[in-house]
Amino acid sequence: MKRYILGLTALLISNGSAHAQDAAEAAGAATIDEWVNSAVAPVSSAVSSVIFYSVDFAGTEFPLIVGWLVVAAAIFTVYFGFVQFRKFGHALALVRGDYSDPNDAGEVSHFQALATALSGTVGLGNIAGVAVAVSLGGPGATFWMIVAGLMGMASKFTECTLGVKYRNEYPDGTVSGGPMYYLSKGFAERGMAGSGRVLAVIFAVCCVGGSIGGGNMFQSNQAYQQVVNVTGGESSILAGNGWLFGLIMAIALGVVIIGGIKSIARVTEKIVPLMAIIYIGACLIIIAVNSDKIAWAFGEIVNGAFTGAGVAGGVVGALIQGFKRAAFSNEAGIGSASIAHSAVRTKEPITEGYVALLEPFIDTVVICTMTALVITISGTLSTGLTGVELTSAAFATVVPWFPIVLTVAVVLFAFSTMMSWSYYGLKAWTYLFGESRAMDLLFKLIFCCFTVLGASMNLGPVIDFSDSMIFAMAIPNIIGLYVLMPVVRSEAEAYWSKLDAGIIRNFRHARS
Amino acid sequence: MPGTLIVGFDKTEASQRALAFAAAAAKATGATIHVVHILEWSPYSFLTAQELEERHKRRTEELSRAAELIAPAIQSLEAQNIAVTSDVRYGHAAELICEIAEQKPDAQIVIGRTGGFSVARRILGGMALALIQASPVPVTVVP
Repeated sequence: MKRYILGLTALLISNGSAHAQDAAEAAGAATIDEWVNSAVAPVSSAVSSVIFYSVDFAGTEFPLIVGWLVVAAAIFTVYFGFVQFRKFGHALALVRGDYSDPNDAGEVSHFQALATALSGTVGLGNIAGVAVAVSLGGPGATFWMIVAGLMGMASKFTECTLGVKYRNEYPDGTVSGGPMYYLSKGFAERGMAGSGRVLAVIFAVCCVGGSIGGGNMFQSNQAYQQVVNVTGGESSILAGNGWLFGLIMAIALGVVIIGGIKSIARVTEKIVPLMAIIYIGACLIIIAVNSDKIAWAFGEIVNGAFTGAGVAGGVVGALIQGFKRAAFSNEAGIGSASIAHSAVRTKEPITEGYVALLEPFIDTVVICTMTALVITISGTLSTGLTGVELTSAAFATVVPWFPIVLTVAVVLFAFSTMMSWSYYGLKAWTYLFGESRAMDLLFKLIFCCFTVLGASMNLGPVIDFSDSMIFAMAIPNIIGLYVLMPVVRSEAEAYWSKLDAGIIRNFRHARS
Repeated sequence: MPGTLIVGFDKTEASQRALAFAAAAAKATGATIHVVHILEWSPYSFLTAQELEERHKRRTEELSRAAELIAPAIQSLEAQNIAVTSDVRYGHAAELICEIAEQKPDAQIVIGRTGGFSVARRILGGMALALIQASPVPVTVVP
């Protein structure tokens, strides 16, 4: 670390000096980035080889963890009788506020909980992650991504209901919820206090790791790649200076989460939804311009899904890539969103479950599919690019300056995702070490350090590490969901009988 | 005509004028004054995860601050032997005042004029403009 800081200082001093020093500067920066890379890569590859333990399946490596998530999503889908399709309309009515008591105005609404949870998941997974999936798994990966997204809605429904049901409400009115709490409290109710506590701790440890990996390093890394791309690629002043970009991001983040400067957070929260709309709008424009290719693109997607033409591993290869990216993007079964959803003001935990099932739909079925369609239609798949560079190239085929808008979107998405994950990680951290100012500050400082590290590393080690830590959260979480799913079912039954009996009213209908 | 005079009150100079006007009218007619304080709020705004966590606590604080804010006005009305009720609500000001007006018998709305002829005022309109356009009961704007 000392060496790192020394190099950093030296670079800061040499910055702004004569041109002759540029070469030395670039060389110094490369050394720092390489040093960070070589120091962290062995750790991240070790972690990921454990989490992504794979079996040979039809000649392709099949990571068991992906199967774990998809099987769980399928089980919840069947157990709750395809809740994601049956209650989709009710979910929309809840978000609209039809069932919200006007006297509760000023409390956290369903819409707000959903929007905040979405700002944590809609991000680089939707832009860069999809590009990785499509470049490795072909257009067919899109089909499996949609399937996984639809099934993931049931996982999200289960975990967010439990998150609200077992949250902690403190005397001062603040709330804390998430898998840590339903694992420990829910299991205790069923006479398994010990194992519940163990799972809760494992979850919290993985959540801290996941927040630092996928919720932080991956974000700053991909944001950096995109900024380098549009500022001139290899010749960009930032090329090889990932640490500098990381440092800027870390400072901005630190100002918000440590300094408590609300204005940056507020600006980001306002701009991110706008960016999401602009992003979808741009996707639609590109699809419209290429409208003659839409049928062909869907053909490619369906065809690729069942034939696996030209993809390493064929059908299974496409399926694995699609499933992996869907899970990484919408985080269903991971347990993270349950932390954000727990803050809603409702007497019925199940209502937040219904609202939460919209999340994978918006994230994966709508936004990810848009990205995949744009990449497929633009024909940039054969360029050999991957990650955010591929998405950027696809956008550039129609609107040459669009990569600049995409860059702004990427940086803002990355920033808001980092803000959300810093909160998830902090909640897990304080669950482990207790709530105190010092512990709070320590975690936030560590978090910001990893923002710098993330931007300094190559894509490979970062993606491995972030994927593995986020997926590791799914192990204790889904065990918990299996044990507690009868609780969700009885919550649902009680809720619908109250609704039928008129104890819970639709306020909007009552008014008109 | 004993009815209810609904006064939008936020302690600004304009709302003080509206309250004084309503007080004079109430003394003459025996009407009740209903003091309304609205905390602007949209259930569709975006909050950070940290803000979500603290929302209930903040709301409790905001409500008690609002109650403190209108308390002196209510006391001074009571001292003048005027019947007073009050309401602190979250939401869109004009919309809520109209809603309250529909529920009160023989209600009238009294508000203070805030705007002038500046461009911003004309484009954005004010609460007064919104009320005049949408109110189900007579509205008095006090200059």
